[in-house]
Amino acid sequence: MPNAPAGTLYRGREGMWSWVAHRVTGVSIFFFLLVHVLDTALVRVSPEAYNAVIGTYQTPIMGLGEAGLVAAIVFHAFNGLRIALVDFWSKGPQYHRVMLWVVLGLLVVTMAGFLPRHLMNVFGGGH
Amino acid sequence: MAQTDATPLVASPRSPYVRRKTTRGNFELYSWVFMRASGVVLVALIFGHLFVNLMVGDGVHAIDFAFVAGKWASPFWQVWDLLMLWLAMIHGTNGVRTIINDYAQRDLTRGVLKSLLYLAFTLTVVLGTLVIFTFDPCPPEAPAELLASFCTA
Repeated sequence: MPNAPAGTLYRGREGMWSWVAHRVTGVSIFFFLLVHVLDTALVRVSPEAYNAVIGTYQTPIMGLGEAGLVAAIVFHAFNGLRIALVDFWSKGPQYHRVMLWVVLGLLVVTMAGFLPRHLMNVFGGGH
Repeated sequence: MAQTDATPLVASPRSPYVRRKTTRGNFELYSWVFMRASGVVLVALIFGHLFVNLMVGDGVHAIDFAFVAGKWASPFWQVWDLLMLWLAMIHGTNGVRTIINDYAQRDLTRGVLKSLLYLAFTLTVVLGTLVIFTFDPCPPEAPAELLASFCTA
């Protein structure tokens, strides 16, 4: 038996924490999606109404929020592909831990490609 | 494990296991398959959406009415966004449904939460679909400087 430092609280490993993170990111993305359909629907009201609301997405604070949203989406996307591989690939369950580290590696690489460009757009003046 | 002649024969205590025909439908199986199938498609749709809207040109700063009009003037982006709307809403609603089923223990709580969820699903999908199909990229009463260049050309 491994050491259980404090009482009986179950602390899982890669499998459990990726499951938790998949739920947290999934619910967050879902609520953003509801708001995002509403704000986009303003194009049916008037160009002025849409531009006013979308302008609030272009502030520095929202820019950081977008960075977090994109990170949540990228994790959920790659981890979702990992879940499908665990379910459908015969070696999936055997490699599920390795695949989580691949997911996190791909997340870092993707964000390294996205963040500089996005943060320059958000903070880089000229607008 | 070797059986010997001395092993007494014991009659089976009950009839052997027979798989019963399911009477409850296979909804959860189809929902499980749908999550994986739609997930793979959504990765492509949403990564494309994020790349075109946040990475190309000035990114989020370039988004305004004229930008949306420029995209939805083309059936390609109309179909892209419609598919993304429907798949993401069904995928997300089904995910939240699973979570409500997991954590809301009282029947009433679960029923109320799922009713709200399905209401939000219906309103969002109907609104989004109507917007994509009834959108006018060049509304006649709007000031020209807010519109895409092809409106005045």
